[in-house]
Amino acid sequence: MKFKYIEKFKSMEKREKKAYLGELLISNSLYIFLIAAIALIAILNPRFLSWSSIINIISLSAANLPIALGIAGAIILTGTDLSAGRIVGLVACVSAALLQASGYASKMFPALKTPPVWLVFLLVIAIGALAGFINGYCTATFHLHPFIVTLSTQLIIYGALLLFLMIGNNNGQSISGLDPAFTNFIKGSVISFGGTPIPNYVWYVIGITAVMWVVWNKTPFGKNMFAVGSNPDAATVSGVNVRRVIILVFTLAGLLYGVTGFIEAARIGSNSAATGLNYELDAIAACVIGGVSFVGGTGKIGGVILGVVLLRLIFVGLTFLGIDANMQYVIKGLIILIACAIDMRKYLVKK
Amino acid sequence: MENGTLLLEMRHMQKSFPGVMALRDVSLSVRHGTVHALMGENGAGKSTLMKCLFGIYHEDAGEILLEGTRVRFQSPREALSHGVAMVHQELNQALRRNIMDNIWLGRYPTRLGLFTSEKEMLKKTKDVLENLGISLDPRRMMSTLSVASRQMVEIAKAVSYDAKVIVLDEPTSSLTESEIEHLFRIIDLLKKRGCGIIYISHKMEEILRISDDITVMRDGTLITTEPAAHMTMEKIIRLMVGRELSQRFPPKKAKQGEILLEAKGISSKHQQVQNVSLTARRGEIVGLAGLAGAGRSEFFENIFGISARASGELFVNGKPVQNKNARQARKNGFAFVTEERRATGIFGILNITENMTISSLSSFLYGNFLINDRKRAEKTDHFIKLLNIKTPSRKTQIRALSGGNQQKVIFGRWLLTDPDILLLDEPTRGIDVGAKYEIYQLIEDLAARGKTVLLISSELPELLGICHRIYVMSGGLITGEVNAATTTQEEIMRLAAQNA
Repeated sequence: MKFKYIEKFKSMEKREKKAYLGELLISNSLYIFLIAAIALIAILNPRFLSWSSIINIISLSAANLPIALGIAGAIILTGTDLSAGRIVGLVACVSAALLQASGYASKMFPALKTPPVWLVFLLVIAIGALAGFINGYCTATFHLHPFIVTLSTQLIIYGALLLFLMIGNNNGQSISGLDPAFTNFIKGSVISFGGTPIPNYVWYVIGITAVMWVVWNKTPFGKNMFAVGSNPDAATVSGVNVRRVIILVFTLAGLLYGVTGFIEAARIGSNSAATGLNYELDAIAACVIGGVSFVGGTGKIGGVILGVVLLRLIFVGLTFLGIDANMQYVIKGLIILIACAIDMRKYLVKK
Repeated sequence: MENGTLLLEMRHMQKSFPGVMALRDVSLSVRHGTVHALMGENGAGKSTLMKCLFGIYHEDAGEILLEGTRVRFQSPREALSHGVAMVHQELNQALRRNIMDNIWLGRYPTRLGLFTSEKEMLKKTKDVLENLGISLDPRRMMSTLSVASRQMVEIAKAVSYDAKVIVLDEPTSSLTESEIEHLFRIIDLLKKRGCGIIYISHKMEEILRISDDITVMRDGTLITTEPAAHMTMEKIIRLMVGRELSQRFPPKKAKQGEILLEAKGISSKHQQVQNVSLTARRGEIVGLAGLAGAGRSEFFENIFGISARASGELFVNGKPVQNKNARQARKNGFAFVTEERRATGIFGILNITENMTISSLSSFLYGNFLINDRKRAEKTDHFIKLLNIKTPSRKTQIRALSGGNQQKVIFGRWLLTDPDILLLDEPTRGIDVGAKYEIYQLIEDLAARGKTVLLISSELPELLGICHRIYVMSGGLITGEVNAATTTQEEIMRLAAQNA
């Protein structure tokens, strides 16, 4: 196969060769950029390629991957989800409140005997899924753009979170003092590299990502999702239950936000109303960088992973280079803009 | 400027696309104050020729002279500024703006070059409309106008640009008799002003009535240009088709069986369809004729469960079925190839496999959840071969294919659901002649295998050529039922206009 491409390339005219290479560069620009960025940062600061730094980037990426996978579904339907970050926050706070260590002095629910971790996990992903269901239900039933629906629900969920934090004698305080069983389950480690442990949740996220790959690529639901995103009217005529697909995509997204929230609760350790703030923006940026296009009907799990890792790499890398925190925002913004501009080239009809 | 002198000349136009010679040495000239009809089947090269005129395509060879001066427009906009205008078949208007906004779009009269002057715009619009004898309030919203009125506005727009050459592309395809009369009066006015009109239409009677010259094209070549007075309908058809009409369609061999589909008193919620009853047998190809807006597409949408039904019953094999949505319809053995391929047919950015299997995913499952991709690929390849779909591979995005091949993919999609009743809405629209024949053959084969086919087409020869029986609809009602073997185009047109 490889030889065939080389043969083909050799047979081209000089001008064709140039165009072919140019196209190749553009369509793989993300990988090229990724490698160039790593190389540059590593040259300027060799510690960037140490085990602790690499595992740090992987862990941070893993924590943000479920939320990005959820939002990617909404984007494939040409929608978006502004409520994702707030759902993460709500789930994180509920998880933390239920899983505080029994001896901890300022417990939110002093009378509560700490429940098993798995039970809380099931409860909170159900909360996430319910919030997602409401988003999907409103989008599908009232024919509203998800932007509007989730703009509303993120306020409602934030309000619910603030009310929750006022329960008992908590009085809006952040929730800490978590049960070691919970923190060990998430942050504990069985494997280390170069003396740096890989937290357990990385493995959970890898498992979830694999399941999502199957859902997207090997199930009728996944195929229908791409069809609805590509052309909802044609999907209707083809006999796809468009309404159900929309509701399911958002419910699944909510469930995945729940996973991120559950992980964040233990990872951060001290959760407040600010937990999850703006997570959806990073997740949307990661999706778009990874080729999940707002054009609809297109995107790959691999792209989402790449987008999340790349974004994280930039965030961490900029810090490594000692770039001013304020300047970092400017650079992040530019990178997202350029990545999307390059991505868009693929979808424009060539004239 | 005198009427009868040469206005526009296109000389020895040549244009090729990869693998196709779209125009071969075609010349066309239009005189001041005349109507020049341009005729030919879809794919004959009429629109390629017009696109060269408007700078959408650039000819490989040949030249265009406007009143003796050589011109080469780079865009329709430039053509318009030189007085060459086109009124498209599919009107491209801002429906949520009013008439005058649409006419002056992009060149609003301004005060101080900054603010739009509503007053001047209103006055100018009134002048233009009055001159053409069109009585419409310039402030009316476009969306409230009928198709005919919108077309008038488009012509008024061309006139407002002082257009000398006006191309009308199928202007009467969705107009009623009286609206057509009005259009012809306007055309007469334009002729008196010395405008030259290129008139593209398939309707023979009209052409013979209003044109001064007739040019017939076929397969990218010029067949003849003659004064209309020397032409007859039979002669035009023969020149256009280049062979006897009977060869355009495969022979009807399908044997008819028992009644499979029966609709009783179907009415839609918003009255586009009223009390429609019909029957169709196994092996029968039943046509639905009518003008645009007659309610034919709406009837299909209704029995397929896409639009809301107010009353009526549907029977398949004598058993009542509901078809409340497309899923139910599919389960009940219905298939629906829609009219607007791009809007409701294809998934543009998805590949052929995805496009073809979307309606039959549940038949490709291992167990309950997982899709067997190998089986899907096999089936897709099978249908690519069977339907003679020209594509590099099953992984090609469907939008990269030609209209005819896209249509075949959609046929494949529905064949995979093994339907009994096929609803085909303009299945050959925008498809070249060769692919058309293949689609006719496919329809005929399906009927021969005992399927029931309901077919909507705006091309009467097509309906007459492949259907056994034809229902004519008008204004949402069925106004007649005719035997395709014995009826005439005139009879169908009369029935189609009855309630319009």
